[in-house]
Amino acid sequence: MAEFEPRIVGFLCNWCTYAAADTAGVSRMAQPPNVDVIRVMCTGRVDPVFILKAFAEGADGVIVSGCHPPGDCHYQEGNFKTFRRMPLVEMLLQQYGIEKGRFHWGWISGAEAPKWAQLVRDFTEQVRELGPLNWKQQIESKE
Amino acid sequence: MADKLKLGLYWAASCGGCEIAIVELREKILDLDAAADILFWPCAMDFKYKDVEAMPDGHMDVCLFNGAIRTSENEEIAHLLRAKSKVLVAFGSCAHEGCIPGLANLFDRQSIFARAYLEVPTVDNPEGILPQTSFQVPEGEITIPRFYNTVKTLDQVEDVDYYVPGCPPQAPQIWAVIEAILGGELPPKGSVVGASPNKTVCDECKHNREEKRIKKFYRPHEIIPDHETCLFDQGIICSGPATRAGCGALCTQVDMPCRGCYGPAPGVIDQGAALLSAVASVVDADTEEEAARIIGEVVDPAGTFYRFGLPASLLHRRKLETRD
Repeated sequence: MAEFEPRIVGFLCNWCTYAAADTAGVSRMAQPPNVDVIRVMCTGRVDPVFILKAFAEGADGVIVSGCHPPGDCHYQEGNFKTFRRMPLVEMLLQQYGIEKGRFHWGWISGAEAPKWAQLVRDFTEQVRELGPLNWKQQIESKE
Repeated sequence: MADKLKLGLYWAASCGGCEIAIVELREKILDLDAAADILFWPCAMDFKYKDVEAMPDGHMDVCLFNGAIRTSENEEIAHLLRAKSKVLVAFGSCAHEGCIPGLANLFDRQSIFARAYLEVPTVDNPEGILPQTSFQVPEGEITIPRFYNTVKTLDQVEDVDYYVPGCPPQAPQIWAVIEAILGGELPPKGSVVGASPNKTVCDECKHNREEKRIKKFYRPHEIIPDHETCLFDQGIICSGPATRAGCGALCTQVDMPCRGCYGPAPGVIDQGAALLSAVASVVDADTEEEAARIIGEVVDPAGTFYRFGLPASLLHRRKLETRD
């Protein structure tokens, strides 16, 4: 059996974490290629549906990352919506039986490229440890 | 006069409330009887599955199917009724989106059996006997249907023409659907009928909405709500913003929060996620710590946000630990 490669979806805000990820790439910081980055204008834009759908369609892990509150947000209070919403998403995922280690949300500014690279390395290993989630197979189960 | 409409009604995993809802038509049930022949209605009249099996395919004009798919019997009858009916309607919340029986998707067969047959204090089962699909007796083998790990909606096992939401569907809405069928005014396949095409429960609710800012959430038994103010504004989690209109906002009329039985509002992919967003958006917290404290008081998010729609949600169920 081929070694399991985690598939991770990252929702990054355009103004902070996406910039950090971009810088990390341009600066050739070592990071595994397991995170598929989806750029959103603000983490306040990340509907819980995005996260649930990522898991339902085969993601093994999900990252939501944006600007540090308070004050860094390009829209002033977009990240407030994130920190009001994400704890509830965490609780929900736990009830769905999705391990805590498969979901990360937090803040990485545009100036913190090494922090992004570190997160990608750590999170990928963490999800690799947890193994494949395989939600699709569960949904297709006959009973 | 043309032949009378041939109607079938069935209950799968349901409580019987949908049948009561049909009786709630009151004297109009006589009009229904005048306009339609009921060929199959196990709850109210004596029919056997073999009566249905003997019908030619497509014999019934309309079948109103209530109840979720919990067992192999439910699924088998769903296939049978699909074959024998020209129009198959998922009738009521269970068939539409899983409803209360669907909350069992937070568990699996093994844990449900353990709870129901072993752990419940009122159960006396010293030998620890659990249901078996087949059992040998001197006269031969007896069988019962298989209890699935996962509750499914009707459209997850069969092709469905229309959906009538509600737990149960409200009688005037049922009558409107029946009239539409009798008049031959059928909407496009896949439509949700007997409910609003474009509104949420909030649009029908009489309480006054203002800008919501919540420092503390209350469960219904913890507060006596004010009759004028929006229940959400008072800190009671109400499914109104995420739920399709059609019931007439019955619950909020008596100051009980909407529980979401009419299913996701038009255009909403996942009712629970929509309600989660609504709940999070009213939290009055400007620091992460305060937000976490207020949000942490929400008891049972999955059961609250998906009270009627877990099987129809994006993830369908809790992760299955064991596959037997």
